[in-house]
Amino acid sequence: MSLSRREFLELMGCTASAAVIPGILHCAGIPGPVKQALAEELQRTQLPVIWIQGQSCAGCSVSTLNTVHPDIAEVLTETISLQFHPNVMAAAGDPAVEVLERAIAEQRGEFVLVVEGSIATAEGGAYCQSGERKEHPVTAEQWVRSLGEAAKAVLAIGTCASFGGIPAARPNVTGAKAVQDIIPQATIINIPGCPSHPDWVVGTVAHVVLYGLPELDEHRRPKMFFGKVVHEQCERRADFEDGRVAEDFGQQGCLYDLGCKGPDAHCDACIRGWNNNVNWCIRSGSPCIGCTEPGFPDFSGGGLYTKLPIERTYGIDWSGPNAPKPVVKS
Amino acid sequence: MSKTIQIDPMTRIEGHLKVEIEVDKGKVTDARCCGEMFRGIEKILHGRNPVDANQITQRICGVCPASHAQASSLTLDSAFGVTPPDNGRLIRNLVLGSNYLQSHVLHFYHLAALDYVDITAILKYSGKDPELNRVKAWAQAELDSGKANPVAPFLPRYEGDYIADTDVNISAIAHYLKALEIRRKAQEMLAIFGGRMPHNVTIMPGGSSETVTVNKIAAYSSRLREIKDFVENVYIPDVLAVAGLYPQYFAIGQGCGNLLSYGVFEEDATGSEKLLPAGTYVNGEVKAFSESKLAEYVGHSRYSSGTGYHPSKGETEPDIYKDKAYSWLKAPRYDNSVVEVGPLARVGVAHLCGASETLSGMVNDTLAKFDAGVGALFSVLGRHAARALEAKIVADRCAEWVAQLQPGQPAHTKFEIPAEGQGIGLTEAPRGALGHWISIKDKKIDRYQCVVPTTWNGSPCDDTGAKGPMEQALIGTPIADVENPIEAGRVVRSFDPCIACAVHVITPDRKLVSEFRVV
Repeated sequence: MSLSRREFLELMGCTASAAVIPGILHCAGIPGPVKQALAEELQRTQLPVIWIQGQSCAGCSVSTLNTVHPDIAEVLTETISLQFHPNVMAAAGDPAVEVLERAIAEQRGEFVLVVEGSIATAEGGAYCQSGERKEHPVTAEQWVRSLGEAAKAVLAIGTCASFGGIPAARPNVTGAKAVQDIIPQATIINIPGCPSHPDWVVGTVAHVVLYGLPELDEHRRPKMFFGKVVHEQCERRADFEDGRVAEDFGQQGCLYDLGCKGPDAHCDACIRGWNNNVNWCIRSGSPCIGCTEPGFPDFSGGGLYTKLPIERTYGIDWSGPNAPKPVVKS
Repeated sequence: MSKTIQIDPMTRIEGHLKVEIEVDKGKVTDARCCGEMFRGIEKILHGRNPVDANQITQRICGVCPASHAQASSLTLDSAFGVTPPDNGRLIRNLVLGSNYLQSHVLHFYHLAALDYVDITAILKYSGKDPELNRVKAWAQAELDSGKANPVAPFLPRYEGDYIADTDVNISAIAHYLKALEIRRKAQEMLAIFGGRMPHNVTIMPGGSSETVTVNKIAAYSSRLREIKDFVENVYIPDVLAVAGLYPQYFAIGQGCGNLLSYGVFEEDATGSEKLLPAGTYVNGEVKAFSESKLAEYVGHSRYSSGTGYHPSKGETEPDIYKDKAYSWLKAPRYDNSVVEVGPLARVGVAHLCGASETLSGMVNDTLAKFDAGVGALFSVLGRHAARALEAKIVADRCAEWVAQLQPGQPAHTKFEIPAEGQGIGLTEAPRGALGHWISIKDKKIDRYQCVVPTTWNGSPCDDTGAKGPMEQALIGTPIADVENPIEAGRVVRSFDPCIACAVHVITPDRKLVSEFRVV
């Protein structure tokens, strides 16, 4: 029995069939050939994912586990096939390394590579290693090159993998680099954020599965999540316009004077909220630290709590009679 | 004939760890633990605004960033000379408490349990639970599909003496799934007062930027009630069930037998009283903790800098080719003794110094169930049990702290960054003793040092040749099959190591190949 994907989806009567197939497979009375087709479709729709870590804190993995709808169990059994992940996989040592070696040798063009963390390049990449091959340690840089070349697409998750992030901050003794600087020729989507938001990760994966590559901005970030700056969507925007400015952490009012990076930071956490939308940075009284931006955390030497200079405040109208006074030069 | 086994990467921990063990006649005779990642966080901090440390040090570890936020805030409080108001202190405890709960639940179910639970038992499930049936159908379809790596990430695995009873396994799988939801809700609890998790934005010098409202109190309490219920009725019973099935692990992974706790959860403005007290247990004696007795040794670590320095004076000059050095972790010692840190140390110190009748009652009841003496605490199972009991103690106390919050009252005290200053912040991460030290010059960070839990537990030999706690715990571990050293994984994971935390770690190995080719 052979069905095209379209025919199959029509048969199923919905486009989100991946979510119901495992349940159907369990039902009694389904003829063998249909079961076979269902199993094949399952295999096609569950995107094989290999998730490796460079110089990471595992925060983006922890954050991804926080996905609510779908929850992480649903993601693992119905959306992706997570073949390698250092923090959750059962295997350790050689059996774990073999998963990566088989992917490179036998699954060329079939899997998506997720990279979390920056890639150390100083001293031949020796500042970050994982696994051994023929009794030689393998660097994260080597894994990214060989897996990245074999993958059909690469998701750089978090600001470290997207732009270098904290490990690449001055003085960057380990030569930490972004994934796109290691394998620029690969099809790369950057999903920055320190950490990245689970909706951005799961949403991007879902987009790749259902509709192909999402539209990206000049930093290869999906526009659907990173198209606007925080300031444009901020719940304290009226405070800015009316000149109500917080003078200390925890006060009501616009946080520009405390170093808020909202005018520079492309991010929708302000309308999406963090952790099942229980809170977000500015709502909790703390300025945006601009963690989705290539300049994080150095910001040209200014650091996290120095007022943004005017040239970094895109599209903001400072002419309102009560608006705070911008810094003209940092 | 002894055989050397490498487990690299050691998975289901945080970070890049290699474990090297030598096995002779079915037992581990020697062990080395090597971290394999370095970022140079302390060098990155030099010259920055001291307040930036609060955010940057959280990125040391995404599993327990709240502990670094706490250590850093205490360090800056002391350097700036500010004291948080009660609301600020309570918010810090509530954030830290949520972090303990998410971390302990994650550790037992999602990091450690797969060393015991036979995940393939799901194929034999015959009940009616829709979620378990979905998982069963998924696993069966995966195996039938002929695809690469079916049932990933749960297979492949080391083969070994997994739990044989189908019902026990299936119940554990159900709890693995439930625990995913529980740990997520604990992260939400943290974000209610932390802004977000990982990497909260509200815990800072002077207290917290968060505003206390009745809605936040209710949102936190509601989740806490569900998590408390899970800890009492699922987590603790599951740990006891594993202990009942693997009693030999009360005698495996004993370690160094010495304990250190800095104490954690400030109960008053001065921080002198804590929920879990500071203290040490060395050579069978309980003593008060003294910060001046901390020192880091580098005799077998790849550093050319001086050895035996107090962390406030520590140096970090790498030397790849140093003779006799085999690790990039330093070896912190307390009063020249090897000490273990973590839940066992905190619960052990509190129990042995008689700090709390409730806590000692829980410890004694647990030991009595297995007819075991206090010595059995020093073991793989002792560590899991201490972690689970601690989760209950922390959850119970969080319920009281959240009730003490005062809506409308401030949570933050304004601070000024001094031109010069010194600061110190000692706290406990879920994995153990955590200390930050700062010195400020011209309102910028001049020096910042962190000594983190896994540097203690995963340390190499010190200058006297005494091995670190995890290495000592591995030695003597029986290994049934050198091709499947599952027992070594159980010992290492009982410490809940966090290698991203071990900031000093690097391993530029001389064997490194310049080119990596795949055949």
